Amino acid sequence: MLATRALRLVGKRALSTSICLRGGHGVAKVEDYTLPAYFDRRENPLPDIKFVQQLSPEQKSLKEKEKGSWAVLSKEEKIALYRISFKESFAEMEKGTGEWKSVVAGIFFFIGFTGLVVLWQRKYVYGDVPHTFDPEYKQKELQRMLDMRINPVEGFSAKWDYENNAWKK
Amino acid sequence: MFRAALRVSVSGARSLTRARPQYTASVAARSYSHGKQETDEEFDARWVTYFSKPDIDAWELRKGMNTLIGYDLVPEPKILEAALKACRRLDDLASAIRILEAVKNKAGPHKEIYPYVIQELLPTLSELGIPTPEELGIDKA
Repeated sequence: MLATRALRLVGKRALSTSICLRGGHGVAKVEDYTLPAYFDRRENPLPDIKFVQQLSPEQKSLKEKEKGSWAVLSKEEKIALYRISFKESFAEMEKGTGEWKSVVAGIFFFIGFTGLVVLWQRKYVYGDVPHTFDPEYKQKELQRMLDMRINPVEGFSAKWDYENNAWKK
Repeated sequence: MFRAALRVSVSGARSLTRARPQYTASVAARSYSHGKQETDEEFDARWVTYFSKPDIDAWELRKGMNTLIGYDLVPEPKILEAALKACRRLDDLASAIRILEAVKNKAGPHKEIYPYVIQELLPTLSELGIPTPEELGIDKA
């Protein structure tokens, strides 16, 4: 009883199957992202839509000509037909961008900039090195090492000629 | 038992003498390890039939082509011939050229496949007036 009354109500409202009624406000706007899109991919050679959707009059007449024999079409017409349907050819879509050159250039630039920063630091930030780096001190250090016979078999003192007070030739 | 073995060896020998180009691999319709594997000929025949449908529509051509390109093989010239003829029925020259481009791209580093395919397709190409991408100059970026 209740069901039949409900059904009668439903019957009165004209349910349209094609238009989406949103709370009685009207037709929903069709968003671009919901429509089939064109994209050039090698794994999808024939996209869902043609690249050029609005044809100019010349393009329209060319499309009519396409219905006839293709042998009578000129090379330019054939290329024009291709470009109506597709944006980039396989060769164009596969070619590299050369972006790597910019990347490598950027790398070198920043390495160079870092070098400048390091030089500036050496001059303006770091203080003097310890006195143990002075040439006279270093000489005394060397003499001490020889006197101590550091690595006398194969290393340091082994290369020093104690007889002639010079490095071995 | 001996007869069965002989039968198996005879069929084996027969399949070896069928000189197959190495590039079209056999693909089963479903990936079972049990069950009958689809042979190369069955695969080719199935696809030729698909594209040979007289009233094929544009969607079916696109779907067929995109699916075929998804497989790990370069389609046999006879499948491509059927596809190109389908393009003719649909008055779609651009797709015909695109199919040739896709075949060349599909061959990848095996540079000898594409010239072979074009050579096999030459009668169809001249009959339908389909230019190769090289003739149009769109094979260079």
